[in-house]
Order: sequence, then C-alpha cells, then structure tokens
Amino acid sequence: MKPFRLLALGLLLSGAASAWATPDGAKLYAQNCAACHGENGSGGIGIPLSLPSFQSTVDDAYLKRSIRLGRPGRVMPAFTQLQDAEVDAIVQHLRSWYRGKAPRFDTKPLRGNAQHGKTLFQQHCAACHGQHGEGGHGTGVTLSRPRDFPIIPPALHNPGFLASASDAMIKHTLVTGRAGTPMVAFGKKGLKDRDLNDIVAFVRSLERQAPASTASVLTTDAAIISMDSPYDLATTIENVRKAVASNNFVLIREQALNSGLVAEDKEDPKQHIIYFCNFGMLNQALATDPRVGLFLPCRITVVERAGKVRMLAVNPKRLSRIFNNSELNEMCDQITKMYTAIMEEATL
Amino acid sequence: MKRLRVFWFALALSLFWGSAQADELMIVRSAQNFEEAMSTLQAAIAAQGYKVTKVQRVDVGLEAKGYKTDRYRVVFYGKPGEVEALAAQHPDLVPYLPLSIAIFAEEGNTILATARPGLLKQFYPAPALKPVFERWEKDLGAIFDTVRETK
Repeated sequence: MKPFRLLALGLLLSGAASAWATPDGAKLYAQNCAACHGENGSGGIGIPLSLPSFQSTVDDAYLKRSIRLGRPGRVMPAFTQLQDAEVDAIVQHLRSWYRGKAPRFDTKPLRGNAQHGKTLFQQHCAACHGQHGEGGHGTGVTLSRPRDFPIIPPALHNPGFLASASDAMIKHTLVTGRAGTPMVAFGKKGLKDRDLNDIVAFVRSLERQAPASTASVLTTDAAIISMDSPYDLATTIENVRKAVASNNFVLIREQALNSGLVAEDKEDPKQHIIYFCNFGMLNQALATDPRVGLFLPCRITVVERAGKVRMLAVNPKRLSRIFNNSELNEMCDQITKMYTAIMEEATL
Repeated sequence: MKRLRVFWFALALSLFWGSAQADELMIVRSAQNFEEAMSTLQAAIAAQGYKVTKVQRVDVGLEAKGYKTDRYRVVFYGKPGEVEALAAQHPDLVPYLPLSIAIFAEEGNTILATARPGLLKQFYPAPALKPVFERWEKDLGAIFDTVRETK
C-alpha cells in the first residue's frame, strides 16, 4: 500500500508542478513572434527586438502592453489569447538578449505645449513618422524588395502605441535615439528639454483625435461573395472567362474542385474552379504584404447543384482583417468589387 | 473635451480588439532555405494524412511577366473524400477549399502563412463543421511545428 501512496503523491506533485510551471518564453517566442521578428530578434517583418538601442529605450510594461494590444492596422496583431504568465515569459526571453538593465519609466504624464510640439514634430519627426504620426509605408517584409528604411518608422498615432508607451519612455527615446535605426538622438540635435516635452505633449494629444487611417481595418461580416446564374453550367463558365478578360485579368488555369484528390476520370465537372490573375495587381499586393498570397490566385468557383448554377468566391474585404495591414484595405476593397463585377457581367 | 478624448480612444481600442487579434492568421518562420522548407512542408502535410493537390508557382508567373520576386509558392492540399463531402453538404464552404498555405523566401529563411481554421468557425457556425475545423487546426499546428522545428 505504501508504494501506491508514494506513487499517488508523486503523480499529484508532478501534475501540480506542471500546472504551475513557468511558461517557456523561448518556445512561446518561437511560436508567436519569431516569424516576424526573427529567430534571434534580428527583425524582418517586425522590428529588431534584440537591438540594444531598442532594449535600452523600452520598459517591460511597454513590451507587455504591445504584445497584448498589438498595433491596429500595422501588421502587429494583438495576442489576446496568451496568459499573463506567458506574456511575462516572452518579455523575459526578449530581455535575455540584452546585457544592460531594463529601464523603468515613470508613468506620470509630462507637461508640455502640444501646439509648439506639433510644429517641432513637423520639422523633426514627420519625414519618417508621417505628417500626422501615421507611420512609414510598407510592412517590413523584405521579399527581396528594396526598402526605404532598415525598419519601417512606427506609427505613433496608433491606439496600440499610445496605450503602450508612457510619456517618459517617448521622451527618453527622443533624447537617446536608437542607434542602428534612422531614429536620431534629438538630445544631441540642439532641442532643449522643454522642446522635447512639447513633442511628447503633441504625440500624447493624438489620443484625442480620430485614429489615423493607418490604424483602420475594413469591416464586413460576409465571408463569401456569391451570385446565382440564370444560365447553365457551361454557359456560365464561358461567361466568367469572358468577364475575367474584360476586367483586365488573365486566365491562369481551370480545374475541378477535387482535382488532384481523385483520379482524373472521377473529377467532378459540376464544381469548376477558374483561376485568374492581374500580374500588376499581384505584384503590388505581394510587395505590400506577401502574406496575402494565401488567398491567391484570384478564383471564382462555378457550381451546379440540382440544376441551379451559382458562382462563389472568398470575400477579400472580410479577409483583409486577418492581416491587420491597413495598406491592404484599398486593394482588398477593390478586388471585392472586381469579383462582384465579374459575377454580374457573367450573369448579364 | 475629456469625453471626446475617451470616446475616440475607446473607439480605436474597440476597433482593435474586434479586428486585429492574432488568432486569425497562422504564420511561422523556418530556418531552412526555401527548397528545404518546401520539402519539409510537403512531407509534413502528407504525414498528417493530406494530399498536396497543386503547387502554384507564383514567382514563376511574376517573373515571366517581368516582375522581380523571390521564391513564392502557394501549396493547396486536402483529404481525398473530405473535400467532396464538405462541398456537397456545405456549398458555401467551397471558396475556401482545398486548403492552402503561402510559402515564401525571406533572405535565408522561409515564411509560411495560412488562415487559421478557427476563422472558418466564425464564418460557418454549423455544429457539424466545428470538429472538422478543430481537427484542421490541430493538424495545421502539427504541420507548422514540424516546419519550424526542422533545421
């Protein structure tokens, strides 16, 4: 009986230990962050987190809030599904790349003249961060395309940033800059302490304004675009081909939905996929955000069921939301309209 | 004025909370170069019982039209029998079938991206589909873990 009790106690303790075990920050980083920020924090799609000048200008509170809130419309998603302990573990892992002591910043608001700060912002900051703090263009994804900056200048007029950064942190970054990035040390550029406070006051004042366009995300609940056709299957397919061409797309290939899954003679001709592309648009989309490729090439499926013919496509306007990239908004909206136009034309 | 400030900030945060959460997109980085990662991906897909139905060579198409690009493919895959059965029972799901993963080179590494099947759960709330999407999610997790962990 005694060995049984010991075994039971051992199992109980090991279960409790694993339940209370500290999350593995390195593993969580690899799962959630490395795809964008690089395996060792060297950057890529996301900013280089291991850069000493980054680590020395942000406190843990900023990192944790940034993970939680992300940057709406600016690719960095909100990791709402992580437990607090997991976020802490990730931040601890990020700090393992830094030999210095993590800074701590006062959370008290700084007082300054936002109006004067706006003038200074236009003179010193707007060239990189945008006239209204909306941030630089691009996503940071290289895809072997040249970029204007080694990092994309962050959007300061973003609810995720403003909720994460304290005034003292923003000021410290202004004073010291970030070596290894285009962010210069304004403390050494002749700006006085009062000027820096004024710039911080202006940045903070952005909270009182409507969010920048770069923080916007398209909203629609429709997951698909579909339209019934008054024609038979063959005629509808032919009409879609013609409409594709007249909307400046080229046909890529056509296949049955189950092509590649069954022998050719078992393919279902009543579920017919038409793939098409506008290469200029494709190039632009991938240059903006290569992740969109997972919904490419463009496609309309023509389906016949019980004598009724229907055309279906994904709704790019709804899918744009998953990329959290405001620069895709216009493009996704445009492709949604084009899908609709092609379907309408095919049913004329 | 203060009320207005609170309103805008709450609006901005609500937009964010409702629209930009990390659980709609799965993205993973492989330390392998593109060819190796592609090979690992295809093997991982097969190991989970799926069949690659087509590899769309996006880079080849772009280069043929004179555009400069790095390696970029879209891998389509599905389970024989399952795709047809789902299309028959849930025709609105057809635009999302077969499943796909974008795979592209980023300098010496490779990045893979796909929509999380949980997203489809929002689009198609039919109870019969829930276990299907959950299985896809689990299988995709295993596929992406393999790609991420294979050096």
